[in-house]
Amino acid sequence: MLQDQDRIFTNLYGEHDWRLAGARARGDWDGTKELIHMGRDWIIEEMKASGLRGRGGAGFPTGLKWSFMPKTETDRPHYLVVNADEGEPGTCKDRDMMRFDPHKLIEGCLLASFAMNAHACYIYIRGEFYTEASNLQVAVDEAYEAGLIGKNACGSGWDFDLYLHRGAGAYICGEETALIESLEGKKGQPRLKPPFPAGVGLYGCPTTVNNVESIAVAPTILRRGASWFAGLGRPNNTGTKVFCISGHVNRPCNVEEEMGIPLKELIDKHCGGVIGGWDNLQGIIPGGSSVPCLPKNICDDILMDFDSLREVKSGLGTAAVMVMDQSVDIIAAITRLSAFYKHESCGQCTPCREGTGWLYRVMKRMVSGEASLEEIDMLEEVSYQIEGHTICALGDAAAWPVQGLIRHFRPQMEQRIKDYRDGKVSRAA
Amino acid sequence: MSTRNLAKDQPDSFAFTDEHKARIKKIIAKYPEGYQASAVIPLLDLAQRQEGWVTKPAIDVIAELLDMPVIRVLEVATFYTMFNLHPVGECHVQVCTSLSCWLRGSNDVVKAFNDKLGIKFGETTADGTVTLSEVECAGACVNAPVVAVGDEYYEDLTYETMSKLIDDIKAGNTLAPGSAVGRQGAEPEGNRTSLTTDPTQTTPIQDLAVAKQKFEEAQEAARKAKENP
Repeated sequence: MLQDQDRIFTNLYGEHDWRLAGARARGDWDGTKELIHMGRDWIIEEMKASGLRGRGGAGFPTGLKWSFMPKTETDRPHYLVVNADEGEPGTCKDRDMMRFDPHKLIEGCLLASFAMNAHACYIYIRGEFYTEASNLQVAVDEAYEAGLIGKNACGSGWDFDLYLHRGAGAYICGEETALIESLEGKKGQPRLKPPFPAGVGLYGCPTTVNNVESIAVAPTILRRGASWFAGLGRPNNTGTKVFCISGHVNRPCNVEEEMGIPLKELIDKHCGGVIGGWDNLQGIIPGGSSVPCLPKNICDDILMDFDSLREVKSGLGTAAVMVMDQSVDIIAAITRLSAFYKHESCGQCTPCREGTGWLYRVMKRMVSGEASLEEIDMLEEVSYQIEGHTICALGDAAAWPVQGLIRHFRPQMEQRIKDYRDGKVSRAA
Repeated sequence: MSTRNLAKDQPDSFAFTDEHKARIKKIIAKYPEGYQASAVIPLLDLAQRQEGWVTKPAIDVIAELLDMPVIRVLEVATFYTMFNLHPVGECHVQVCTSLSCWLRGSNDVVKAFNDKLGIKFGETTADGTVTLSEVECAGACVNAPVVAVGDEYYEDLTYETMSKLIDDIKAGNTLAPGSAVGRQGAEPEGNRTSLTTDPTQTTPIQDLAVAKQKFEEAQEAARKAKENP
């Protein structure tokens, strides 16, 4: 189990002072100027060597992403945009980082912006996070006041401005190009790539969009060294990760743990176990609503990291573990997610706009059993017609939960249909 | 996607207060010159804070302020679900019913509103005080079920604690936001399993001189390898 001295978010539960004095006492803003003076090549190499993979869901190597920005600034300024539009069902980690440890994020913004030649950074925070945005704004003001950001940030000679931008309730704005559109004052509809944001992003300028956690861990990685971070977890799945465990556990919580921790250990050690004991487990969704669910037999020994979960056709996503015990009607649970994606589709691509509604309508019939057995195959087939045929990954995200259900819980779906035919009252009715 | 339309009955006019006008200047200054359209969401939010909802005259005023075609502001107002396009009660309660909240009993929370206030989603009490809305994931899943009252989150609710909260809302009491079971943030209820030690005992910064030397040597080696493959 991870020791406290290897935890990055030491105020994750918010019991200590989140303001500048408290943050400094916990080691934030220590030697920031010296880190900047190490140069941008060193920072990027160190981030690459740490093995940090993006914490927003896709798991793309952060250092590599930073290295895609043009080496020199032309007439177009560079931007860092922090994706704080946290809204993936199950996920609530960025929220606590921003309200309880805002200075980690601000310091990370400075270091990452410097590494990418950006003099300005926008943090796009979801509109519902009002308290979080307030705390973050107070922390930004403190940092300006103390000369940590602004002109000659930390006395490093680098000028850096940081702005907060609040969204207004659209899950799709968590997609990086939709976020950029939204920040420009438009509907949050994703852009076709290429061009990639590193070439043409915010206001047509080179831009990198990173998740809150990816940026907030950067200062600690640079301070303690890439080898420290890379020494935790498994190769290609290094470091620590904040897990959000919700649903049917005795004590739901957020906890920072080592990457690759066995799921069972995570739940038993930190969450007081599954309600009714491990054998009462029906299945979990390991990485936020978008990734396929897993049945208990896989949960028994699965490790929580990118590669392990990909091997079982799921994903680490945002590391938001949603636990479902035997009492759950899992068909209804996945249908709830289908309703979510139907609601959140931006409407731009036909397969997603029409497909998410179609999935939801068929799934509702699967809940009551008012369907034919052949329709399960059709449902799966149509989900593959949505997946990979849209501009952004929302179409994929809508398809995967349904595919996961069919892959692992097909007997339950068939039984429901048979029960309905036999006139037995189904659980959902 | 959700279809959202403007209300039929609209007021005749809208004007930002002087205080908001001053704030608008500061908001626009956050964005590069010529990109003032970026301020459209913050301005719609201000208008909603002023009136309780986003009116058509407010959309017109904002379009003019930001030098945007009205249709562009209109499509933003209808796209983002936090903008109320119809009047809401003084107290706008938004219940999350997404998966994590549903698993932990958001149906009970909704039932408390049906029982105590006789309102369902999309309805306002007869006295106009409370409006109930359903929202998709509020992003507080570990503290499920959760409702937002105005800007604040109320967490770890049950039928009973929600009913009590409704009584407080009706009585006009000030409510302390956060967990109904008294836990701090998203810590596990009861004993902590992490973060039990003094957080000010931090590991010192790595030796940057050594790090720099190593980095330069590696760069040099890479350069040589490139020259003499």
